[in-house]
This record gives sequence, structure tokens and C-alpha cells, in this order.
Amino acid sequence: MNENVKSRIEALINEHDVVLFMKGTSKMPQCGFSSRVVGILNYLQINFKDINVLEDDDIRQGIKDFSDWPTIPQLYVKNAFIGGADIITEMTMSGELDQLFTEKSVSFSQEAAARIREENA
Amino acid sequence: MAISAEKIKELLRKKFPQADIEIIDTAGDSNHYSATIATKEFRGKSRIEQHKLVYKALEGAMDGSNGILHALALQTKIK
Repeated sequence: MNENVKSRIEALINEHDVVLFMKGTSKMPQCGFSSRVVGILNYLQINFKDINVLEDDDIRQGIKDFSDWPTIPQLYVKNAFIGGADIITEMTMSGELDQLFTEKSVSFSQEAAARIREENA
Repeated sequence: MAISAEKIKELLRKKFPQADIEIIDTAGDSNHYSATIATKEFRGKSRIEQHKLVYKALEGAMDGSNGILHALALQTKIK
């Protein structure tokens, strides 16, 4: 991955608290896994930046090298790679995701988080 | 591009000899699988590290657009 792509990725995850590298856009996800994570973030009313890797092959390959993670989507919170669809789903159900957002002072719907916890208790 | 459940299990067994491994072909197209792996080798590792071990065990089957395995829903457990 060349320096230019790396600095572009770093700029993106620096500029926004929550960034989702995904296939498609938050309005029009184009892959089941990406759309699942978008659904979770929307349900929790998280404000996030969506990056459509289908529109940029450099970013699509670069992000996999950057995080040493072979698949898309990839969620970043305050500059840190959190995981792909499986991990985000598991963390949502276990309550770890809203805990993470609390720790990183990212605002979200407490009510939605409580509902998820109840359903998965 | 496709890969058989046996091939996935073989690759995982090589890396995790004592693990409990369950592979399900979720779409019946040898391209969308769910896998559950429980092994003591995950002890002390974060979920990301556990999943990375699994992806590495699959020796590039997942990597990039020429990845021969399109979708692997992964669940790792510590035994």
C-alpha cells in the first residue's frame, strides 16, 4: 500500500469519530454484511461517515492492508479498528458496542441500546 | 469461485488441531459459509486477533476480490 493511500485512510479515520468502510453507501448498501452494520449503527442512532470502497479500488485494497483484515465492511471508532460485520454483530448483542461508544464518548441512543440488551438478555 | 466445506475444515484443522470446528454452507453455493471454531488457542486473545488467526489459517482464501471464499460468517469461542 503506497504512502498516499495510507495517508488518505489516516485522514479519513482522523476526521470523523466513526467511519465505516463499506460496499455501497449508508443509503444504498450493496452487500449483506455492510448493510447489517449500517442497520446496527442507524438503530443506535450513531452519526458515522460511510466510505464506499466500490468507488475507489486503492481504498478497497488499502484498507485491508492498513488493518491486516481481509474483508469489508470495516468499522473504525476514534481512529481504532473495531472489527467487521461478525464482530460488530457479536459486540452489539453482548452490549460491548454501546459500552465502547460510551468509553469513547460517542453519542448514541441509550434507549435503543437498552432495547438490544433486553432482547439479548 | 468456490471452496468445499471439507477444504475449509482441512485448512483450519491444520492450524487448530484440537479445535471443535463446525462449517455450514449457508447459501448452498460453496461460497457463503458460517464457521464456528472453539479452541484453547484463542485464550487471552481479543476477538480481532482470534478472527485474524482464522483468516491466516485459510491461507489467503478470503483475500481480495480474487478471494476464493466470498463470505465466511465467523464465530470464535475459547475452549
